Amino acid sequence: MKKTYKIEVDCANCANKMEAAAKNTAGVKDAAVNFMTLKMSVEFEEGAEPKAVMEEVKKNCKIVEDDCEIYF
Amino acid sequence: MKVFFSHGNLSQCAAWLKAAYVQKSSAEMGINMTKKQKKMLLRIIVAAAMMVILMFIPSEGIIRFCLYMIPYLVIGYDILRKAGLGIYHKQVFDENFLMAIATVGAILIAITGDGDYTEAVAVMLFYQIGELFQSYAVGKSRKNISELMDIRPDYANVEIDGVLRQVDPDEVAIGNLIIVQPGEKVPIDGIVAEGESTLNTVALTGESLPRDVRAGEEISSGCINMTGVLKIRTTKEFGESTVSKILDLVENASSRKSRSEDFIAKFAKYYTPAVCYSALALAVIPPIVLMAMGLLPDWGDWIYRALTFLVISCPCALVISIPLSFFAGIGGASNAGVLIKGSNYLETLSQVDTVVFDKTGTLTKGVFEVNGVHHNNMDEEKLLYYAAHAESASSHPISKSIQRAYLNIVRQTNGNTIEKAEVIDRNRVSNIREISGKGVVANVDGVEVAAGNFRLMEELGVTYTECSQVGTIVHMVVNKEYAGHILISDVIKENAKRAITELKKAGVKNTVILTGDIESAANQTAKELGIDKVYSQLLPEDKVAKVEELLDISTGKLAFVGDGINDAPVLSRADIGIAMGALGADAAIEAADVVLMDDDPLKIAKAIRISRKCMGIVYQNVVFALGIKGICLILGAFGIANMWLAIFADVGVMVIAVLNAIRALFVKKL
Repeated sequence: MKKTYKIEVDCANCANKMEAAAKNTAGVKDAAVNFMTLKMSVEFEEGAEPKAVMEEVKKNCKIVEDDCEIYF
Repeated sequence: MKVFFSHGNLSQCAAWLKAAYVQKSSAEMGINMTKKQKKMLLRIIVAAAMMVILMFIPSEGIIRFCLYMIPYLVIGYDILRKAGLGIYHKQVFDENFLMAIATVGAILIAITGDGDYTEAVAVMLFYQIGELFQSYAVGKSRKNISELMDIRPDYANVEIDGVLRQVDPDEVAIGNLIIVQPGEKVPIDGIVAEGESTLNTVALTGESLPRDVRAGEEISSGCINMTGVLKIRTTKEFGESTVSKILDLVENASSRKSRSEDFIAKFAKYYTPAVCYSALALAVIPPIVLMAMGLLPDWGDWIYRALTFLVISCPCALVISIPLSFFAGIGGASNAGVLIKGSNYLETLSQVDTVVFDKTGTLTKGVFEVNGVHHNNMDEEKLLYYAAHAESASSHPISKSIQRAYLNIVRQTNGNTIEKAEVIDRNRVSNIREISGKGVVANVDGVEVAAGNFRLMEELGVTYTECSQVGTIVHMVVNKEYAGHILISDVIKENAKRAITELKKAGVKNTVILTGDIESAANQTAKELGIDKVYSQLLPEDKVAKVEELLDISTGKLAFVGDGINDAPVLSRADIGIAMGALGADAAIEAADVVLMDDDPLKIAKAIRISRKCMGIVYQNVVFALGIKGICLILGAFGIANMWLAIFADVGVMVIAVLNAIRALFVKKL
């Protein structure tokens, strides 16, 4: 399953870091952050609960870039 | 530095700053600024004002330190906090860390040295100004680009119980009637049920030529209705409609990263730690060496050099300007009617030197048209009249094209009207006999007419004249006498020849046609258009094999241009697949990397030029940013560069690179 979320982040490098952080979250198969459209598309692993996974993704993103936001 | 704020009197300065702020915030800047940006602008102004005031307050020692810490913290508290958080989360070596270290270091030097805190505050101040500019510029271009692609309809008008209601386009089911008023966007694909109007298709095709529609015609979403009210019966759901598909493509486009973007991301990962360690080495090693040599170590000077080094090295200019260039390039291209599905494809497109075409639907219109009437012993109109009537019962494309040609010629001679006596009327035709695979024989106005291929002529025992041109030939016999033949062939697109010339001008070395057509037809088209190589009579699977062969021998990248379902495998096999968006099959559009919205082959050269411009900007920025930084780093290491040059190398370079990146958006004149 693939879902796209709106995000808020200030710099391109931070967006790259968020992407890496999201990719390393359990339950995420693949993730891509598009800084230009401010969107994060996340491909979930089979059977993963998007809402719970996204909480983790957000937590991990906050670690690499405190000043970011993911709307889900 | 001290000259910077030293003239004018205080109240004047404050008033000017206030006026500038009010003016800026209420005029062009404030409207588009986010809350965060406005807050940052305020902080910058407050800190700058405080610095001005502090210039005039003589102070010493701890009081001076405390006074200068106020603007420093006002402008830099978030950077310090982020740097602290970064260290806490073991995420050191980002820009915040660089800035925090550089400014804290500068403050320490000031404490131990001359007590000039200006530099530390100024570095932070200019860094924040740069960040604000960057965030503003990116936000602005983000908005510009989305405005260019502003084709998303907000609502659909549906008549419920005789009242017109605006509903979410997502809620409209297939087969419903929607109403589109002049000035509105067509929200969903469908067929016009009622009304006549002119459509503006510029958002879809990049062409400003208006298109007329009337009842019974297909209409795609995203067009703007200009003149009349249209009632449209929807044939697709909103999610499946043209407009949704285009938006989906474009929005996902910059997620596919190009090699240059990947390179920069990787580069930044190693670069920041590398400069941090170099800076550390610069601060520590030379003094130790000097000490060992029995000389004065001069710690302050070397630490200052190291800090300058850190400020210069900030990689923001590259990290921001490269994705921005691609984003702008893709945005500009889609505005010109060329959808590029990813930054990586933009990059590949710029290296194309071989373009392979499928013929039908790509270079030709893919519709059969009467291309000439030859050896006729009667008026062309009369001959077409007989042919059109004889074929009137058939819906075969060939018959249709003859009927169309007849009506066209009548319109031409009559000044765009058709009189009743000239309409194709089946009542005038009797005794129609279709002879399978050969043609048709019928009585038109009591005259015996036979229309068909050479086999029919042979069957009827009529001597016929061969046609010297390639295409489908319909021989005509009227009243048992050979009356000439009609040449029907696929028509070459108006722009096809120019498209090939433009491609050659754009640096494409090799143009090739792959087609299932017979050799003579293919060769003739190739000759007419100036195409280098032709491979004809190919089956779809042969096309893949041929493209693979060409891939092996071409030095640059290979683009394949096609439109049909059977082109899909070839489109995905080529380095770059270009599909025709209007005529093309969904499978082809899906498989392609670039879609030409209006099927105009001329756009291929344009797309290549857009990609070259965009890549040019990317390289300029890489060379410029790295070059300036490299020079400044060396100057900094030798102690020639001070903090002020460092700030230029960081913020100045970034501003210039961002402005340069935005240039990629302007593709109109390419």
